[in-house]
Amino acid sequence: MSRSAVEAMVAHCLDGYPLEACGLLAGQPGERTEVERVYPTANSAASARLYTVEPRALLRADRDATGAGLELIGVWHSHTHTEAYPSPTDVAQAPDPAWHYVVVSLRDTEPVLRSYSIVDGKIAEERVVVQ
Amino acid sequence: MTTQLVNFWRIPVSVAVRLPNILRPAAGGNTTVQAAGDNVGEVFDDLVRQHPALRDQLLGADGELHRHLNVFLNDDDIRYLGRLDAKVGDTDTLTLMPAVAGG
Repeated sequence: MSRSAVEAMVAHCLDGYPLEACGLLAGQPGERTEVERVYPTANSAASARLYTVEPRALLRADRDATGAGLELIGVWHSHTHTEAYPSPTDVAQAPDPAWHYVVVSLRDTEPVLRSYSIVDGKIAEERVVVQ
Repeated sequence: MTTQLVNFWRIPVSVAVRLPNILRPAAGGNTTVQAAGDNVGEVFDDLVRQHPALRDQLLGADGELHRHLNVFLNDDDIRYLGRLDAKVGDTDTLTLMPAVAGG
């Protein structure tokens, strides 16, 4: 993913602090996915512990991505006080085994961004290349 | 009697239903399917008749809209249009999307 995509994700998470922030990722699905668009969205759960991508923002992002020949390929959200690792709630509610689940931890001074796949409840970290 | 005859012969509207990736295997791999009904609940009933594996993805055990499913009637969330009672017309599109949430 591009440095600007990472910066947009982290900035949205910092803006949302102390609540969790979230957004959607679009690109071409595949093994070596490139994140081509990021969509910061509202967290309709408005919580420091939970997030829900605001439903109409989800629809708008899906339409925009589809119109650009892309697909929604993942979601990012912040953990304000815990590490950048999917919580049990993240795993239980992960809807799509093909998606990339990016977690941005704001626990430490420097934000930490990591990406995971979640398939049948199993978490596997993915390598993130920023260029 | 006249009303009964009219209702008997009336053909329910058919609407396009866009499915997300994760529901397509349960619907023959289709991206979009057609289903008939005058409201969202009837459209879902027809969808389940065509593709029974969709039942538990669309509705909860109580028969209400599944709590992790977003359903949009064109641009609008059906939660604000009467949920399963939301009326549909034959130029409408229903878009189904799983809720994206976590903690």
